[in-house]
Amino acid sequence: MEKAPKRFLVVLVAALSVFFLFVNAYAKEPYRIGALFAVTGPASFLGEPEKNTAVMLKDQINKAGGINGHPLEIIIEDTKSDETQAVLSAKKLLENDKVLAIVGPSTTGESMALVPIMNTAATPLLSCAAGAPITQPVKDRTWIFKTPQYDISAVEAIYGYMKKQGISKIGIITISTGFGDAGKKALLEIAPKYGITIVAEEKYGPKDSDMTTQLTKIKAAGAQAVINWSVGPGQVVVTKNWQALKMGIPLYQSHGWGSKKNIELAGKAAEGVIAPLGRLVVWDKLPDKHPQKALLKKYTQDYEALYKSEPGTFGGHAYDAIMMIVEALKKVGPDKKKIRDYIETNIQKWPGTGGIFNMSKDDHCGLDKTAFEMVVVKNGDWEILK
Amino acid sequence: MLTVFLQFLFSGLTVGAVYALVGIGFNITYNATSIINLAQGEFVVIGGLMMWFFAESLKLPFLVSVAFTIISAGIVGLLMERLTIKPLKNPDLLLMIMITIAVSIVLRGILMFAFGKDPYVYPSFTEGEPLSIYGAIIQQQTLWVIGITGFCIILLFFFFKKTMVGKAMLACAVNPTAAKLVGINVSRMVMLSFVLSAVVGAIGGMAITPISLMEYDKGPMLAVKGFCAAIMGGLGTNRGAVIGGFIIGILESMTAGYIHSGLKDAVALIILLLILFFKPAGIFVSKAMHQLRKF
Amino acid sequence: MKKGDLLSFLIFILLIILLPVISGSTYTITVGIFSGINALVAIGLCILMGYAGQVSLGQAGFYGIGAYISSILSVHAGLPIVISVICAMIVAAVAAMILAVPALRLKGHYLAVATLGFGEIIYIILNEWGPGGPSGFGDIPHFGLLGYTIGSTTGYFYLIWGLVAVVMLFSINLINSGTGRALRAIHDSDMACNAMGLNVTALKIKVFILSAVYASLAGSLYAHYVTFISPSSFSLFYSILVLMMVIVGGITNLWGAVIGAVVITVLPELLRRFEELDVLVYGLILTLSLMFFRKGIVPILIEKIKKLREFAVAKH
Repeated sequence: MEKAPKRFLVVLVAALSVFFLFVNAYAKEPYRIGALFAVTGPASFLGEPEKNTAVMLKDQINKAGGINGHPLEIIIEDTKSDETQAVLSAKKLLENDKVLAIVGPSTTGESMALVPIMNTAATPLLSCAAGAPITQPVKDRTWIFKTPQYDISAVEAIYGYMKKQGISKIGIITISTGFGDAGKKALLEIAPKYGITIVAEEKYGPKDSDMTTQLTKIKAAGAQAVINWSVGPGQVVVTKNWQALKMGIPLYQSHGWGSKKNIELAGKAAEGVIAPLGRLVVWDKLPDKHPQKALLKKYTQDYEALYKSEPGTFGGHAYDAIMMIVEALKKVGPDKKKIRDYIETNIQKWPGTGGIFNMSKDDHCGLDKTAFEMVVVKNGDWEILK
Repeated sequence: MLTVFLQFLFSGLTVGAVYALVGIGFNITYNATSIINLAQGEFVVIGGLMMWFFAESLKLPFLVSVAFTIISAGIVGLLMERLTIKPLKNPDLLLMIMITIAVSIVLRGILMFAFGKDPYVYPSFTEGEPLSIYGAIIQQQTLWVIGITGFCIILLFFFFKKTMVGKAMLACAVNPTAAKLVGINVSRMVMLSFVLSAVVGAIGGMAITPISLMEYDKGPMLAVKGFCAAIMGGLGTNRGAVIGGFIIGILESMTAGYIHSGLKDAVALIILLLILFFKPAGIFVSKAMHQLRKF
Repeated sequence: MKKGDLLSFLIFILLIILLPVISGSTYTITVGIFSGINALVAIGLCILMGYAGQVSLGQAGFYGIGAYISSILSVHAGLPIVISVICAMIVAAVAAMILAVPALRLKGHYLAVATLGFGEIIYIILNEWGPGGPSGFGDIPHFGLLGYTIGSTTGYFYLIWGLVAVVMLFSINLINSGTGRALRAIHDSDMACNAMGLNVTALKIKVFILSAVYASLAGSLYAHYVTFISPSSFSLFYSILVLMMVIVGGITNLWGAVIGAVVITVLPELLRRFEELDVLVYGLILTLSLMFFRKGIVPILIEKIKKLREFAVAKH
């Protein structure tokens, strides 16, 4: 038994020398960034494609030689769709992993909980959640950016289209979570600007199984159209109820509708549903010279080949955030302050999956309503409305 | 006006039938063991997802899929009881309930890995237009759910009141020691109750999926609503669970219709609390009956 | 205070003082902060369940009241934070009393559902009428005392665990007093107590209010630490989590609540390496620990220590 320590020592030395050889082969130290996604929990429909995207991009970038020769390392933590977990995960990334920037989290609440932490740590955060308060007021959100479009922009796209259709009285139905609430606020806020009156305002829970009551009320209030603002199974149930009730007025969905899965689940009921969608889901219907087309095509096809499912709008938010950081790292190197400044000033006319970004000192999102196309479901596929 | 009222009522019936079926599942385990099995919601999810797996993914015939789904749910119930409940000798009731919560977390984890996080759906049992009554519509699948609920209650009534096994099962919960003395195999009865409740839960899941869709994490919400339904009616009485389920469903729908949809769950809960404060053992359980049971 | 209690309390204080010094990483200290917040809620529930024999699935409601009331008062009414926190505790106490008077007549599963219903109603109220609705609201001030703001993680750690120590001290004394003995008697038999002339209902209500006040304090501390709150942190899942802490730690011992809170808070952090599998591993660990450490961690530890001591004495 006395020999054991000696043998151990030999193995250790051998292992260490192999390790150092390996390190020397990889001449440059890796750039390490963190990612916080709601991989499990109620918001996992967001976190899942985001995480997949991050894993895929990391492999692609490293296979292509990394960033200026530095391998990219993305440390992904699951926030479980929970604010407390988001705070803990962020602390871990900042303290233990010493990341240069963080992508995510997936929901507005989680992002809001991180604002003070990121400002104290002076580390850029590129949120994948839509809520406007994440980046506003910008003066208190120095280190915070976000890649999803504003809810207001999606509402503007819908209202603009409705105006053309001569619709002026609408009923809205929203899910009782942060997503639906943000949508509701945006819908109420700018309705007067477009001469639209909201005659009924209804809600439902994320796991509710029947919304005919709410839809009946909207119909009885004399609405000319109904807007549903939600994500998850609720939007399919609303669509099915809308069809079963034969409401006779058009159904609009939010940008959360942007997944073929929803058309599959709702089946025939989905025909005629209109929604403002980012160009990611309709890339094959864009003209070839559109600045977003090439990257949308590559991203979608790579993702589908790897995961046998479509990335959807939400995976795209992570794509944009990671690519912005990667570009900044390529240009300015591993310096948190410089990365932040680069994103704020140099992300101009920058085509991403969510639209064409124009970041500035007053806008840490950089997208407006032109990021959306109005899309209708026709014969089980999307069709862009003019 | 009538049309609108009827539509609210039908919506309430649809939702209420779902709660009622979950509530019945709670009663079966409660009647045999006094345990509230908080993994009951997961049994419902297993029903919906396994049915999708057999009918849509493997494309087996309808009745074969139903049979396989029931068998697989039964096996899950059996495993759950044998692996986690049986090894405890003289367990504390609270501990057993906590274990059912822990098991529900495990089951949810397994379902997440097996089926992913997306919702699933399959066509209604019968194709066709929804029925229209005075202009209000009721979906065919809703009638199926209500019919299946009724069928389950009748079967369970005969089982508990008319068969030896059923009576023996009831005896186990009221007084396990006495049951043992008269020669009842208590352990086997407990096992049977878990299998039976899993099967009833799965039947519910199969029936409601075409209406409400099904995903891996729907269980807790279903469990909470079903639990409330069972308590409102009085634990242990299936009649109570069904009436409780429909009362909650209709209250939610009427609140959404005539007050505001944001408050529908709150109003139903306030009514539940009020009922409990005046009838501490639920609508259908008398005080004397309640005192017989420790829980 | 008994000798054993005094000793464990001293060890406890020593650990609190040393932990931030040893760990060095604010990540570990942050985990400690959340453990402490959870411990406050768990101690209250432990007295309620282990000593008064009443179950509650509504602690998240009081936790939410604490977080929201003190945030609203400090942000919108501009009250000093300490005053806001105390006001929140008073509101929680009143809410607990209103609920307790009718609810504590219920028993077992019925009481569980009544408290669950209360918690859900609070959640819905926060969701509908809380500032910011389901989106929550942020920019809540950090905790401050007499003009001095506690911004650092270590400072907050000492604040929270200092309060846990105070609450423990108070609770241990309560349990060892006449009230505590009366409580234990309730746990064993309501009827016997009534016959002895103890006012069972009044005692139960008092303990229920106490547990609500602890939860409210914890909620306020959470809000002023994270500086952002939304209703989702105060749902039924939190009530169940706290219940799990108390059961895992050991319902018959107050230290069990503290240990349980730490274990349940730290466990998901340790399971991070399992990535998505963590949900499964977490569930399995819970199931197995409930099955094999049935009395809870702390009571089992105490038994082991006693046996060891007996063994040592016998050997002597």
